[in-house]
Amino acid sequence: MKRDIQEEFPMVQIMDQNGELIDKSYLNQIDHALAQQFYRQLICMRAFDQKAINLQRQGRLGTYPGFEGQEAAQVGSALALDEDDWMLPTYRDHAASISFGKSYTILSSWNGRVEGNLPPKGKNILPPSVPIATQLPLAAGIAMANKYKNSSQAVIAYFGDGATSEGDFHEGLNFASVFQAPVVFFNQNNQYAISTPIWRQMNSKTIAQKSIAYEIPGIRIDGNDIFAAYFETKKALERARNGEGPSLIEAVTWRYGAHTTADDPTKYRNQKKENEKHRQNDPVTRLELFMKAYGFWDETVVEQLKEEVKEEIDRAVKDMETMPPADVNDIYDYMFEKPTWTIEQQKEEYMNHLRGVR
Amino acid sequence: MITIAKTKQLTLIQAITDGMRTMLNEKEEVVVLGEDVGKNGGVFRATDGLQEEFGEKRVFDTPLSEAGIIGSSIGMAINGLFPVAEIQFLGFIYPAYEQIMTHATRMRYRTKGAFTVPLVIRAPYGAGVRAPEIHSDSMEALFTHMPGIKVVCPSNPHDAKGLLISAIEDPDPVLFLEPLRLYRAVRGDVPEEKYEIEIGKGKYLREGDDATVIAWGAMVPVAMKAAEQAADKGISCDVIDLRTLYPIDKAIIAESVQKTGRCVVVHEAPATGGLGNDIISIINDTSFLYMKSPIERVTGADVHVPFWALEEHNIPTPARVTDAIYKVIHF
Repeated sequence: MKRDIQEEFPMVQIMDQNGELIDKSYLNQIDHALAQQFYRQLICMRAFDQKAINLQRQGRLGTYPGFEGQEAAQVGSALALDEDDWMLPTYRDHAASISFGKSYTILSSWNGRVEGNLPPKGKNILPPSVPIATQLPLAAGIAMANKYKNSSQAVIAYFGDGATSEGDFHEGLNFASVFQAPVVFFNQNNQYAISTPIWRQMNSKTIAQKSIAYEIPGIRIDGNDIFAAYFETKKALERARNGEGPSLIEAVTWRYGAHTTADDPTKYRNQKKENEKHRQNDPVTRLELFMKAYGFWDETVVEQLKEEVKEEIDRAVKDMETMPPADVNDIYDYMFEKPTWTIEQQKEEYMNHLRGVR
Repeated sequence: MITIAKTKQLTLIQAITDGMRTMLNEKEEVVVLGEDVGKNGGVFRATDGLQEEFGEKRVFDTPLSEAGIIGSSIGMAINGLFPVAEIQFLGFIYPAYEQIMTHATRMRYRTKGAFTVPLVIRAPYGAGVRAPEIHSDSMEALFTHMPGIKVVCPSNPHDAKGLLISAIEDPDPVLFLEPLRLYRAVRGDVPEEKYEIEIGKGKYLREGDDATVIAWGAMVPVAMKAAEQAADKGISCDVIDLRTLYPIDKAIIAESVQKTGRCVVVHEAPATGGLGNDIISIINDTSFLYMKSPIERVTGADVHVPFWALEEHNIPTPARVTDAIYKVIHF
């Protein structure tokens, strides 16, 4: 008998494209404050992303990977975490790590500064993973250690659709499943790995169905529905904390822009046509429509929020641009707790060179 | 009253087991994991009895998944544990190479020490036991070239336990290479208590004035045998067991070659890009004007470990090493 994957893994939506709640029971859990918190964070992250791209164009930032269009998936899942949970983001997940870490230091990593990788104080946020899918076995291991220590901390690991083709995706999910580790594998299927469309990445209908192989819950959500991202992540984290092991969430979404500022998406897709279509399903607009429909919208407050967000991001940029210059010592001092003699010697020779000592 | 430290006569592999046992007792956060390390006690029996003694929570089998073993161990190390991960053979480590290169060795560097990886990877290496393909690799230089990981390689039971304990105590990743050919070759006195052999320190196994022979792991007995044969012909050699392959003990090399003025380096691994070249560099940097003859390397060729019918032809032998000793003497 042929199984119906689309029936087994339906796209979970809590609100539809017009901001209408599909499952009205959620009205008990969504109040004005939550909706407003989500909205603020969505517009804030969108403004951040646009700012970063502008800075790059002005030569004030290096290559930068934008996430516009994916804000709801990232913000919704990140705000579902407990304060002391662990997060393993990738390079495209700053909306997640900023929302969770309440810090913009990550921006400076795109300015070539190692400081950007440091976790905000008291936060278990790993630096963005650049190699694809390799963070997933780490996430399993961090969660295994939580289990070992009887800690209630859970772990969330982010990755894209392309990552599911890597061996480390399989190895990470398999370890988490075998050891029933408290981790949520949060996939953002934005349907393109640089230029490679999802149909070239896999012959499966969904990413969520890959959970079958590991006997773990697999949930396919509308990634542009912030409520679906938030509540499904909450449920998965709860399962993790209850000793029910890992979950795989596939958040179907879309990146409006280029893979990075060094990429030209018009080479591989009809940007105008595609984006026109996807703008109909914009994560920020959908929440706005919801708030208007349910009486949570207040024009004055929204104007205030926009102002507040602008100031917050301007401050973040200023903080980055007024950082003290990068310290040459950092090249040598963090390879080991104590540098080896080779590194000490290499450092001394270079420092002497800088000082003009011959 | 004089208390004499109690010792046991152990093989190299038993000393490794004893080192793990010592650290499992010492620290609640030490865990031992890998393929078949639990009930089976490892394919070579390096973890024999440990699961029985410490339970499945602390000594456990993993899926057959090298990137998964190392990746999850990195995660555990970041989150407060001290994993001792076994890779069944060094030749099986390649799927985990990315994990070691992109995460284990970089985490401290890319977070200025906010996250660190106190991880030990144990791996049997080397040829000479008629093993199937890929089971005999000796690619230590892939890892000594890799910034951010220390590489150690004991040649005897006493050093094996002490170096393993140091590796587990080390706050950074350490690759612990086990000369599988020597696992059961000899027994030696091994203290029952906890002790450390400092990482980064080589050791004289024999002293002489005419030439220095440098080796590690399974090549140490080869070097010793060659030195004995040379002694029969009136040539006395320093034999240095390097013990740590990164960072190399520069001082002991410089001290020895400045005395002898001649040097032979022995390793199983291919010559090109091999560690012998780094040793030559150290001699060049520290002792160039002391040298009386060019340094000789006795190594594997730039080939893979041959099928075992031919493997002895590619592993340095005492005869090849003595030839090299005569060459540096009679230059």
